[in-house]
Amino acid sequence: MFEILGKRVLRPDVFLARVSAPAIARRAKPGQFVIVRAHEQGERIPLSLADIDVKNGTITLIFMVVGKTTRDLATFDVGDEIEDVVGPLGRPTDIERIGRVVLVGGGFGAAPLYPIGRAFKEAGNEVVAILGARSADLLVYEKELGSVSDRVLVTTDDGSKGIKGLVTDALKEVLDGAGLVMAVGPAIMMKFISLATKPAGVRTIVSLNPIMVDGTGMCGACRVSVGGETKFGCTDGPDFDGHLVDWELLMARQRTYLSEEKQSLEAACSCGGGEVVR
Amino acid sequence: MSDKLTRTPMLEQDAAERITNFDEVALGYTEELMLKEASRCLHCKEPTCVDGCPVSVPIKEFIALLKAGDYAGAAAKIKEKNALPAVCGRVCPQESQCEKVCVLAKKQAPVAIGRLERFAADFELANGFEEPAKPAPTGKKVAIIGSGPAGLTAAADLAKRGHAVTVFEALHKPGGVLVYGIPEFRLPKRIVEAEVENIEGLGVEIRFDSVAGRLFTIDGLFEEGFEAVFIGTGAGLPMFMGIPGENLNGVYSANEYLTRTNLMKAYLFPEYDTPIKRAKRVAVVGGGNVAMDSARTALRLGAEKVYLIYRRSEAEMPARKEELDHAKEEGIDFRFLTNPKQVLGEEGWVAGLECVAMELGEPDESGRRRPIEVPGSEFTIEVDAVIMAIGTKANPIVPTTTPGLDVTSRGYIAANEETGATSRPAVFAGGDIVTGSATVILAMGAGRKAADAIHDYLTNSKP
Repeated sequence: MFEILGKRVLRPDVFLARVSAPAIARRAKPGQFVIVRAHEQGERIPLSLADIDVKNGTITLIFMVVGKTTRDLATFDVGDEIEDVVGPLGRPTDIERIGRVVLVGGGFGAAPLYPIGRAFKEAGNEVVAILGARSADLLVYEKELGSVSDRVLVTTDDGSKGIKGLVTDALKEVLDGAGLVMAVGPAIMMKFISLATKPAGVRTIVSLNPIMVDGTGMCGACRVSVGGETKFGCTDGPDFDGHLVDWELLMARQRTYLSEEKQSLEAACSCGGGEVVR
Repeated sequence: MSDKLTRTPMLEQDAAERITNFDEVALGYTEELMLKEASRCLHCKEPTCVDGCPVSVPIKEFIALLKAGDYAGAAAKIKEKNALPAVCGRVCPQESQCEKVCVLAKKQAPVAIGRLERFAADFELANGFEEPAKPAPTGKKVAIIGSGPAGLTAAADLAKRGHAVTVFEALHKPGGVLVYGIPEFRLPKRIVEAEVENIEGLGVEIRFDSVAGRLFTIDGLFEEGFEAVFIGTGAGLPMFMGIPGENLNGVYSANEYLTRTNLMKAYLFPEYDTPIKRAKRVAVVGGGNVAMDSARTALRLGAEKVYLIYRRSEAEMPARKEELDHAKEEGIDFRFLTNPKQVLGEEGWVAGLECVAMELGEPDESGRRRPIEVPGSEFTIEVDAVIMAIGTKANPIVPTTTPGLDVTSRGYIAANEETGATSRPAVFAGGDIVTGSATVILAMGAGRKAADAIHDYLTNSKP
């Protein structure tokens, strides 16, 4: 069992949970993830780490309420215990001294970029962060990511904050001279970032989020196609070369259980569960 | 034909009924049926059956105890050599092991050793057993990686000798393939739980959510004070055929299909949160036990039509005979000498499977006749899910995080066949991570041998 020591509501549908997990905290490196099973009947889902605190023995999980499991997790409070937290899983992000590193966070993707950005900064890089959301109230982790970045560019679709436009618009301003672009967020955002960096020949790493079950290299649910080869998100990834990813396949596979997710939420609601936040 | 010549059949759930539920198919012997079958054993002076058993269960001795009415004694006799008798009585391929070399097999049907083992083990599970006397602690700590059949066997054997055993399990439940792979209708999870409880009763501690190579390393275990490590991490990533369309939605590896259903209880969705596609027409590719399990699971999840596609003929099929018979009774449509060419899709989802007929040519390196495509024989079957059950590869996590641990050209851990010793001192390995996909009992045999070697190492040779 893994006790929740702290909880923050970043926006009505995005939550941070600081969890006591000393063994995981000791081993986790930026870019890795965990598999969480909220309770005995729960599904195993991969979640990103928004922070790793070795000293206090905690990891911070970030999640958006999209299905039954994340909705259940959102109801957990400080002092509640998560049944299973498995990790750290996946290969850590390659952290090296490159020069200018541009981090692009779409939606709540800004949060998992925080420990990654901190590591790049500590490795002596110039870190430029780009955060994008539909509107100002949907931005998360701007301050935290800003604290490990030399510069932060914010974009909103409606212009309510920063540049009016998409993260790809902000990218144009800082791509020249960048040695690496790393994108974390919705697949569609990572796809367009990769398309934008390709002509400039800037190495682009994306953190993929396929459906997983065990997360330890056993079930093969998380397969993705990279450079025409089938790879497994949990053992080969989650980081891959964005220029080589088959984005349409990833997005199609992410949609496999849309109807079951709806069914699961409806079944839970009809027997007294709370309302869907989103 | 006299009664002596035929095996006593086991009670089973009727095929039409059982495909609508996940309850156990084989219901075991009643006391009367058991005694009838046990009476067929000749008690050979020099029995051959035991040579066919990878863990050397004292077969004629336990059958004698059954005949004498000492059922608890029979169970205890089996457990001298086999930590998981209720499991083995259900899933061992007896026809290619002990029953194959039973003297009776030459002239008539062999004694149904597996069914008798199951009776004894189930009797013990139902009636409880005397806790064996705790051995004097040796003060030596052994780490076992993985709680599947290899790991549990090694753990039990080492605990019985007084070593302090900790099992590290990556998943949230113990049993490895016994809980994620083998379906409820063939091996009820309560049986696995009970056997694991018995092993915990020996003093074995199991830690869950503990992924070796990620949460800790083998070297870290030694730093923590463990003096020997057994690696039994089991099957790795599933193999796929490399044909077009294999990543379409609706194409599952057997590992994923079975894990969702068994470990995560997707058949109880939405009571349990993990979903699985309830496909109407399913093609399973492969000819082993995992393929049978997948096909029969698909039926129970509501499929109206389930094909089993196998590239060789029935005679070459590696599946256990009983599973093949059960699958046939349940209406699985076997397409022997058939191989998939591509998975056809519609809007990202499986819509069909294009296959080609095969014929058998000259024997290949496995000694079986090599299947060859019959040119121009392509045809398409309409399906909405495809399950690939063609084996697994080695999981790279432990080898890549353990310096000095040698692997074979295929990525499996290189280990001595007799002792499980690896290229690293005090590190032993066994089961699927050494041999590739094999059976529960072979993994148990490897766990047993490694436990012997570890005990020897800790007592005699450790510097």
